[in-house]
Amino acid sequence: MDQAAMLKLYQQMVEIRLLEEKCEELYQKGKIGGFMHLYIGQEATGVGVVSARQPHDNVITAYRDHGIALACGMESKIVLAEMLGKATGCCKGKGGSMHLADVNLKFWGGHAIVGAHIALATGIAWGDQYRGSDAVTFCFFGDGATNISYFHEGLNLAAVWKLPIVFVCENNKYGMWTPLEKVSAVTQMRRKAEAYGMPHAEVDGMDLLAVRAATEKAIAHVRAGNGPYFLESLTYRYRGHSMGDQRPYRTAEEIKKWQADDPIGQFEDVCLKAGIAQTALDAADKAVETTIAEAVAFAEESPAPALDEIWTDIYASVS
Amino acid sequence: MPVMTISKAIALALAEEMERDASIVVYGEEVAVAGGTYGATAGLYERFGPQRVLDTPISEGVIAGSAVGAAMNGLRPVAEIMGINFAFLAMDQIVNHAAKVRSMFGGQFKCPLVIRTTSGGGRQLAATHSQTPDVIFAHFPGLYVVAPSTAADAKGLLKAAIRSDDPVMFIEQATMYSERGDVPDDKEFVLPIGKSDVKRQGGDVTLIAYSKTVGIALKAAQQLAAEGTECQVIDLRWLRPLDLEPVFESFKQTNRAVIVEEGWGTYGVGAEVATRLYEECFDYVDAPIQRVAQKEVPLPYNAELERYALPNVNDVLEAVKKVL
Repeated sequence: MDQAAMLKLYQQMVEIRLLEEKCEELYQKGKIGGFMHLYIGQEATGVGVVSARQPHDNVITAYRDHGIALACGMESKIVLAEMLGKATGCCKGKGGSMHLADVNLKFWGGHAIVGAHIALATGIAWGDQYRGSDAVTFCFFGDGATNISYFHEGLNLAAVWKLPIVFVCENNKYGMWTPLEKVSAVTQMRRKAEAYGMPHAEVDGMDLLAVRAATEKAIAHVRAGNGPYFLESLTYRYRGHSMGDQRPYRTAEEIKKWQADDPIGQFEDVCLKAGIAQTALDAADKAVETTIAEAVAFAEESPAPALDEIWTDIYASVS
Repeated sequence: MPVMTISKAIALALAEEMERDASIVVYGEEVAVAGGTYGATAGLYERFGPQRVLDTPISEGVIAGSAVGAAMNGLRPVAEIMGINFAFLAMDQIVNHAAKVRSMFGGQFKCPLVIRTTSGGGRQLAATHSQTPDVIFAHFPGLYVVAPSTAADAKGLLKAAIRSDDPVMFIEQATMYSERGDVPDDKEFVLPIGKSDVKRQGGDVTLIAYSKTVGIALKAAQQLAAEGTECQVIDLRWLRPLDLEPVFESFKQTNRAVIVEEGWGTYGVGAEVATRLYEECFDYVDAPIQRVAQKEVPLPYNAELERYALPNVNDVLEAVKKVL
């Protein structure tokens, strides 16, 4: 990978991190409502996977969607405007934090009924398969989603119909507040794919280049028409499940241990070793700070949707 | 005009639409090789092939969910959920996704899908396989819900559902598949979305029904006519969007109404229609509006008990006597 490409990935992870920190602040100030789930700590998975896609490949994820949205190319200002409920948000202020989407970027959304979007992913992939497109669908979900019916129905249908899907399980060790081993009969999520005859792999989700390499392997399998592939990314969320979560269920030591492997810190070292100048990384940090400051200003200054807007977009045809 | 059964009319509508639009796919449990549990997809697999007519696993959640995803991504899926009782397993996809992916994402996505399913009792299948929960689906903005009462309507309404850019629950009644009727062979016989239909003219009492109860209401109307009472029978066709204009118009003339539905009356079609009549036509009410519905019990297996619990012609006659 050339230095410019590496720098771009670095900057994307930093933008996700800073956007999430800003979201946290705005939430605490009461400017963002509803439920909100931060991606801090998991940046390398979203950026690593999505950066390996072609523009016509699809991405769909769950409610922890800010980072994936940015990885897909959404602008921070549009994301923030949505979270502030503004007319300029990606969903005109009707979706909020958990429901970001941009059809033009083939980012099919943030979906907040756990696991339900796995079923949607089969249909999205089927649409492309039916038309003879070689597009791949990336379906992100957490370890917590592997115990719901949709996971099993979706993986089975994808395998039976040989659908072009890379299932990306972001195993961050907790489903809401509960540790994985308390609620899942197996703790290696990828073993669940074996029941559906699906090839699978595990990757260090804190290592951007490892995630990207594993994704490229998955894409090669799927794009060649061999059916779905299951990639388990071992990662960690530094913050709680959502904003109300005080995280009593885990220790400070555990969080510190994962932070020692911070995906951005690790990749910064990789960049320096590859000969990228510290000044270039600092400039990237600065650029992101400006982007986020401008995004906040844009979101705050944007108009609220008109009250009459509630009546729109419900039906495409008859109103 | 050719005469055919409702299941043939459905298969004909599907075939004509698939011929017209290559983005239509038909799938579900036993719809392809077997041609559908009720024969409503017979011949499609042979004619359109395995890419467009597919059997699925017994997985209602992913049948409905894949339909939503496929509809978002350019297909026009017609998915079959074998029985509406199993649609509860797909409820989340129908009400949380099909009904919402357009509005929640600010109008970015279209969801042109049809879920065909079978509702109703009368086949000794006991409590979990005999329900008529049609109104539940009609509760949700974002969905359309339609239920045909004749073979011609089955064709024209299914074609309307398939051509709709919004999600439609197309609810067929389980005991009606072999009922026959004239069906227009015009390939452009497409009935409008959200329009009810007057099935019999009469100026004394307004009978409002849909799906199977249209036939029950018509039989009652026939008997009442012999006794000198003329009933206007209005088939709602669509539970959402609900078109009550012809109901109001008729009621302003008759001042009397009976609503007939196969499902339970509590929070039902009758409850909704009667309330709207009281709201819109209060000055015209000459008698308390009556509701005929299934008795408020889970349907039993025993044939006689099941018949006793389901609404019938006599129930309608008695209700009409109360409003006269």
